[in-house]
Order: sequence, then structure tokens, then C-alpha cells
Amino acid sequence: MLFKKISQPSSDQASLFLKLSAAGTILFLNIPLMLIFLYAFTTDEAGYSFPPPGLTLKWIPRALENPDLQSALFLTLKVATLATVLALILGTLAASAVYRFNFFGKETISFMLILPLALPGIVTGIAIRSAISLTGIPFSFWTIVIGHATFCVVVVYNNVLARFRRSSNSMIEASMDLGANSFQTFWKIIFPNIATALLAGGILAFSLSFDEVIVTTFTAGLQQTLPIWIYSQMLKPRNRPITNVAAMLVVLITMIPILYAQRITAETSDTEGETK
Amino acid sequence: MWQRLSTYLYLRPKLILALLLLPPLLWFLVVYIGALLTMLVNSFFYLDGFTGQVVRQFTLSTYAKLLIPTNLQIFFRTAAMALAVTVASVIVAFPLSYYMARFASPRMKTFLYLAVTLPLWSSYVVRVYSWKLILAQEGIVSWFAHLIHLDGLLSWYLSSPILGGPSLSVSITGVFLVFLYIWLPYMILPIQTALERVPKSLIEASSDLGASPAQTFRNVILPLAFPGVIAGSIFTFSLTLGDFIVPSLFGNSSFFIGKAVLTYQGTSGNIPLAAAFTMGPIVIMIVYLLIARKLGAFDAL
Repeated sequence: MLFKKISQPSSDQASLFLKLSAAGTILFLNIPLMLIFLYAFTTDEAGYSFPPPGLTLKWIPRALENPDLQSALFLTLKVATLATVLALILGTLAASAVYRFNFFGKETISFMLILPLALPGIVTGIAIRSAISLTGIPFSFWTIVIGHATFCVVVVYNNVLARFRRSSNSMIEASMDLGANSFQTFWKIIFPNIATALLAGGILAFSLSFDEVIVTTFTAGLQQTLPIWIYSQMLKPRNRPITNVAAMLVVLITMIPILYAQRITAETSDTEGETK
Repeated sequence: MWQRLSTYLYLRPKLILALLLLPPLLWFLVVYIGALLTMLVNSFFYLDGFTGQVVRQFTLSTYAKLLIPTNLQIFFRTAAMALAVTVASVIVAFPLSYYMARFASPRMKTFLYLAVTLPLWSSYVVRVYSWKLILAQEGIVSWFAHLIHLDGLLSWYLSSPILGGPSLSVSITGVFLVFLYIWLPYMILPIQTALERVPKSLIEASSDLGASPAQTFRNVILPLAFPGVIAGSIFTFSLTLGDFIVPSLFGNSSFFIGKAVLTYQGTSGNIPLAAAFTMGPIVIMIVYLLIARKLGAFDAL
């Protein structure tokens, strides 16, 4: 959608002021991320001094060996994977229902699905927490997953629904006319058609879950996901160099898949992921 | 067998609909809507001050507690911050969105789009963390201020009573800057989408009919960009309302809604008060979303 091109060249030129402020905004958005990469190598152990007094590689192996960091990383990966799978299933089902059928309350579905993301994170967090504590289920790995899956559904739903709306129905009709049953049509026509939308939606859901911290604060028991670990390190810095490396690690883990998702959606010219 | 099942289902669209819709619907009704209702119910209970137990009895006393001056101040402070962040992000986002939508070549646009979405999709906590590095007393801002001989101005600013603090990373200004940074992409993208939909012929028609570029901007482009602004503001406003991470890491001791909810729920176990507190942003956001839907902002998402 965002890539729909205005093919004719602009007749008028952007003013210098516009160019400069656009460039300034881009710098404002990206310099902080570059600093993350710089500080992962700083020799400064006690502070955040700029420019760094020196650069070193020694923190990277130390961070990777750190047991707290390791267990946080594995927990986060596990939660994100499971939440993504759940979101893929629920999101695709909801998108198919909304696309194929007319039913009472259809308009409300998107509204309801976007609610966990549109409402402040703290609302989702405290709501799920008070419900869980009412049922007496102990806070655990599973309660984190439930919370995450809930707000991940909408990104999958948006991606898949956009793809459905963009693809023509005639392929499906042709397949049925030629004698394929619904299941064959699904596997041979519909699924390949929405595969990249699923992949993109899944990646977005994964990274959404991977760095979530607000809802997780309420739904986690004693477990620490990676973002929560970093957050606790910011509240009470104990090990700054290790935290610096962990921060870089998180950026890499979320950024690379996103770049990939960006590419596959750009190829098929839909980018419905930006409704975080 | 598959054939027969397929035919069976094909003839019963209602059954297919039920099969498709039931799992997500159940999930959301139980996990989410149910949770919201539990919270609503909880907000009508109260915490017994002596036993520290939640008493499950209908009362409005918890809501009455919201109206004491300290809590009203928290609401006011949070809403003011959310508003300030929203307004600032419209101002900062607009030029870039406008440039992306109207002037950037396709290649440039792809690049800019990436430069906006990368920060958006890289980790929230890490982006907050990066501002710990930037705003620290020994960090890059102080270094830069020193470089251009403005340390005097910086320390003068920090000594001002409300906006200042011991350093930028412990001040309301710090909170504001971090919020602006974190939520800015949510404003850029919808505005850009909305601007991109403005047909070029409309702008040409406007100037053909004698409007100056400024008039065209005010009377044609701005109104058409408005749904995008609303869509973006849903995110910036709502996200600021509910965030407790940034105020607790950068703020001074003053409370924001999120921090208050966390404190009541966490340290004092006062779930009713925390729930009642949360109803504030919920009501604000639902009203906001309904208005936004009326104004057609969802098309710009």
C-alpha cells in the first residue's frame, strides 16, 4: 500500500527546508540505534561516556557466556515462537471468516482484534493479570504466551486479510469448477497465495512478542524474558557492558527478520504490518 | 472421504463460518474481553486497609479515591504528556511524511521507508536503553553541548524548576524526548499513507484555480492528511498514556498513570484501585477510537 507508486515525476522540487527537516528526522530516528552498536564495544565499564575511551571485543564472549542472559534469551525465543504459532492460526481463521462471509458483528471483529494493541499496554497487562489471578492459575511461561498471542493476532490478521482482498476470487472458482474439492483448493490455491503474507505476519508477530515488556511485566511470574532483564538492568545497573551487548543482540535478532519481511512484502506490494 | 467432507461443508456455509470464527472469537472473548470485564468488576471492589485483603463487595469508594488531588494530578500530568508528545510528533513527522509522499523518487522512498520502519521494529526496550546512553550526564548530549560551547545553556535549562532535573536522564524533558523518539514512526507512516492518496491532479487543479502553494497546502493537503494524523495520534496518545517504562527510567519522582497502576498493583496489592485507575485511559481511548472511526482514520492505517 505504501509502495504504490506515483509514477509521474514531481514537477516541483522540495524546498531546502523540507529536505533538511526530513533528513534531520531520519537522523533523529537512527542515530540512537547506531549508538547501541558503538557502546557494545566500549571499554567504559562504569558509565556511558561519549566518545568511548576505547573499543574492545572482550564483552561479546563474556555476554554470551552469562547464564542469566542465556536463560532469558531462550525463554524469550520460546515464548515468541509459541505466541507466533497461535497468532498465525487465530489470525488466519479470523481473516478467512471476515473475508468470505457476511455476518452480524463483522465490523466489530477488526475493532476487537486491534484493541489489545490500541489500548495502552498497561490495560492489557492489568486486565489479563486480574483475570489470571482470579482463576488461580499460577503465573508462568504459559501466562506470558497467552498475553503475547493476544496482541499478536492482529498483525497476522491484517496481513492475511489484505492479501485476500488483493487476490481475485476467480482462481478459487476455477479450481472448484475444475473439480478440486475445498481442501485441495486450499492447499493448492489459497495457501500458496497467502504464504508470504503469513510469513510476513508471522515475522512481525515474532518480533512484537520478542521485545514486549509492558504486558509481560504483568503476566510473568518470576521468569525474566530478555527485555525484562534489560529493563531491570536499566533500573539497577549491575553489569553495564553485558547489558550493552545484550541490547545489540536484541536489535540484531529483531532487525534481520524484519528486513526480510520487508522484502517479501515489498515484492508482493503489500505492507500491512505497520499497525503495531 | 475428503471429497464427501468437502461437499458436506460446501453445502453448509454457516458451519464453515462457525469453524473459522469460533477459535479466534472464543480466545478473544475469554482471554481479552473477559479479562477486561474482570478488571471492570475488580474496580468496584475495595481493599480493606487493615487486613490488606480485597473485599469482594460492590462499592464506589475505590473510584472516589481517584478523585483525591494527588490522583487527579497524575491523570492530568499523564494526559498533558500524551498530548504534548502527540502534538510534537505531528510537527516532527509531517515534513518527512510530506517529502516521502510527494518528492522522493521510488528508490529514495524505499530507503526512507526502511529508515523509518527499522527503528519502529527494532526492540522497544533497546530503543529506550539507547536514550539512557544519550541523555546520561557523561553521554553524547552533554558532549555535544560542550563541543559547541553551550554547556551553560544546558545547565541553565536543567536548573529550571519543572522541566529540569539533575541531568536530562532524570527529568520530565527526558521523558518527553524518549516518548517522542519511540512513538514518532507511528505518526510518520499514517500521515505518509494519507498524503500519498492525495491525487496529484487535485493539487494541480488547486493551483490552476489560482491558489498559492500555501493556500493549496492549507485547504487541500492538510484536510486530506487529517485522517492520517488522527490514525497516528491514536498510537502516540494511547501508547504514552499506558507506558510506565519510560517515566520510571527517566522521570523524577512524579507519577504517571502507568507507574501508579504498577505501584498499586505490585507493591500494595491494591488491584481494585489499579483497575479503577486503568479505566481512565480505557474510557479516553474508546471515545478516541470511536471518533477516529467516524473520521475515517482506520482507512489510513
